[in-house]
Amino acid sequence: MNIRYFAWVRERVGVEEETIDVPASVATVADLISHLKSLDDNHAAAFEEEDAIRVALDQMHVEPDAILGDASEVAFFPPMTGG
Amino acid sequence: MTVTPLVRVQAEDFDAKAEAERLTGGRKDVGALVSFTGLCRDEAGTLEALELEHYPGMAEAELTRIAQDATARWPLTGLTVIHRYGKIPPGDNIVLVVAASSHRRAAFEAADFLMDYLKTKAPFWKKEHFAETGKTSWVEAKDGDDKDAARWT
Repeated sequence: MNIRYFAWVRERVGVEEETIDVPASVATVADLISHLKSLDDNHAAAFEEEDAIRVALDQMHVEPDAILGDASEVAFFPPMTGG
Repeated sequence: MTVTPLVRVQAEDFDAKAEAERLTGGRKDVGALVSFTGLCRDEAGTLEALELEHYPGMAEAELTRIAQDATARWPLTGLTVIHRYGKIPPGDNIVLVVAASSHRRAAFEAADFLMDYLKTKAPFWKKEHFAETGKTSWVEAKDGDDKDAARWT
């Protein structure tokens, strides 16, 4: 699964984008966050404040309980501050 | 029939006057034109620039979704949304919304709605670069922005 990061989430993880083999037990966005947190200290730091993380599946906003299904791209980022 | 909004995400500056003229030129049915420009401001005199990061692809898609919501909700004759990315110094333009309609209320409300939704839903993030110290800091989202967006639900 292709994962993209933006703003301070990107800085904490240390990469803009990565491809992750997701275990079969990972069904939702929240499951994926738990899995990513277990990878290393950088991921754990990026997802430390889970309430501050926003998610998009295939470039559409979703909530953490969303099912990953056959989405090809997941993005994690902080609350948006454009405009 | 609803209009198709013009949505652009770009590094370069925009010309608000030319964009307004694009929605009124050659037609006589436009009675109201509301143009909003958001600029990079520096109240403390310490900012070198704002760096705007965006999610290419989703930024255009999300702005288009919000703009289409607005055209479905108000009887507009035209709608333009332009958002810049990259490093923007104080005084320069960041975002433009132009809404045209037969009557003023629709144009005012559509532009207001666009800005409220754009601030909370469009995938852009601002990082402040400070002149003297060379330090940087991500701008935090404001609770007030969510409250503003909730006015329209």
